[in-house]
Amino acid sequence: MIQFFNVTKKYDNGTLGLDNISVSIDKGEFVFLVGPSGAGKSTFTRLLIREALPTKGQIMVDGKSIVRMKQREIPHLRRKIGFIFQDFRLLQDRTVYENVAFALEVMGTPVSEVKRRVPSVLELVGIGDKYDCFPEELSGGEQQRVAIARAIVNNPSLLIADEPTGNLDPDTSLEIMKIINNVNKRGTTIVMATHDSDIVNRMRKRVIVLNKGTIVRDDVKGGYNYGL
Amino acid sequence: MAFSSYIRYSFRDAFRSVARHKGIAFASVLTIAISLFILGATLLLVVNSQYLVSTMESEVEIIVFLKTDLERQDSLALQNKIEKIPGFHSLEFIPKEEGLAMLEDRFGKDTDLVKALGGINPLPDAYRVKATGSDKVSFIVAEIEQFSEVESVRYGKELVDKLLAFTTWVRNVGLAVIIGMLLAGLFLITTTIRLTVFTRKKEINIMKYVGAANWFIRIPFFLEGMLIGLLGALLAGLVIYLGYDALISYVIKSVPFVPVVSDHEVLYRILTLLIVGGTAIGALGSVIAVRKYLKV
Repeated sequence: MIQFFNVTKKYDNGTLGLDNISVSIDKGEFVFLVGPSGAGKSTFTRLLIREALPTKGQIMVDGKSIVRMKQREIPHLRRKIGFIFQDFRLLQDRTVYENVAFALEVMGTPVSEVKRRVPSVLELVGIGDKYDCFPEELSGGEQQRVAIARAIVNNPSLLIADEPTGNLDPDTSLEIMKIINNVNKRGTTIVMATHDSDIVNRMRKRVIVLNKGTIVRDDVKGGYNYGL
Repeated sequence: MAFSSYIRYSFRDAFRSVARHKGIAFASVLTIAISLFILGATLLLVVNSQYLVSTMESEVEIIVFLKTDLERQDSLALQNKIEKIPGFHSLEFIPKEEGLAMLEDRFGKDTDLVKALGGINPLPDAYRVKATGSDKVSFIVAEIEQFSEVESVRYGKELVDKLLAFTTWVRNVGLAVIIGMLLAGLFLITTTIRLTVFTRKKEINIMKYVGAANWFIRIPFFLEGMLIGLLGALLAGLVIYLGYDALISYVIKSVPFVPVVSDHEVLYRILTLLIVGGTAIGALGSVIAVRKYLKV
């Protein structure tokens, strides 16, 4: 699903985001990215959605190089990838329904199909009754559910989550993780950057530990332990 | 069909976005309306001052006195020659009999002028010539003076010179004011549109993350800019249309000797310009503004 070959990312200001890392993530895997701030977690996810280009190395997603990818192909890549952010990033001027529908509309999905798929996915993340609300009327947990619904409504093969529970209380975090885990069970590959040791220790998934831009540990059923 | 869905989404998004951001949309419409109103009013002012000047110019007369011993048919033959001079507008032939009658009018009916002059009319035949503009007068005079049939030419030289200076001044100032207003209006409108797009910078960013192609984001903004520009222009046009009509009928009633452009041809042309221009600037301004935030 995802392959990094000797990827280095050096920012313009000289900061080393990633330092010559190679890693492979298979289809259907659930991977946690952990490590202290500035370890390279965000760089990792940003490179995956082609928000940034690596300075050196090659990245393959679904067997296709996203480094050589042309500018106009980027939207197509992003439609294959669901993305969840710590700050939700919902369109504030659109309702819950419209936010989720937008992910389908960018692909030119007909209205009839949008009307069929959006309610069912809202039901799936447990906010079927809030479809007419605006994001500001919702709690953080509810907003993150909307974001997840938007991320999975077009059945992406990969879901990337950047600190999805960072703004949520522990109980809500657990519920969000349950949803993400269910998405994984349907066959979607999950890459999740997190600081939440509780979640990582509880879920027992593959854990990649980053520090100063390099992979210091890669455990198949790991815990939240930097091992430094 | 994906294509028809895209069209549908674009129009829906454009209208929805105006409806959801009523305050900003209203402020933009108003700003555009005010800019275009000022531009339109300036245009009308300049058009009218040009009209005033050209009316004054067409009043300038050149009187051509022919030689007294000229036969009538030779006098009349000169008409063709005068008409061929560039800048010629119109002429009127004044036979010597008419000249005398005019003179008699001035002195009063009781004096028998012809008798006093010994039964001979001493006046020559004459032409009253008008030029297309005051700048053409001196050229026409010089040309006419070269004809052998001509005795002398008289015209208000000083008046023509002053009028010429004034006309040039009005034209230049008018042009400068229009260009200035055009630039100011353009700047104001594009800044307003830029601000409305700027408030949705974050939204544009999010759309990119969700996988929206650039044109998918751009088209609703284009339509929205067009709609806002059109509404502003229509508002400005309406005010100008009603205001100008009222103003013109007031001027005609209270100062009838001041010439004004009262036919609607010019007004319609200016209104068309404002509406087409406003819509185009709104649409283009918004597309250009969006481009800045698409690079994610």
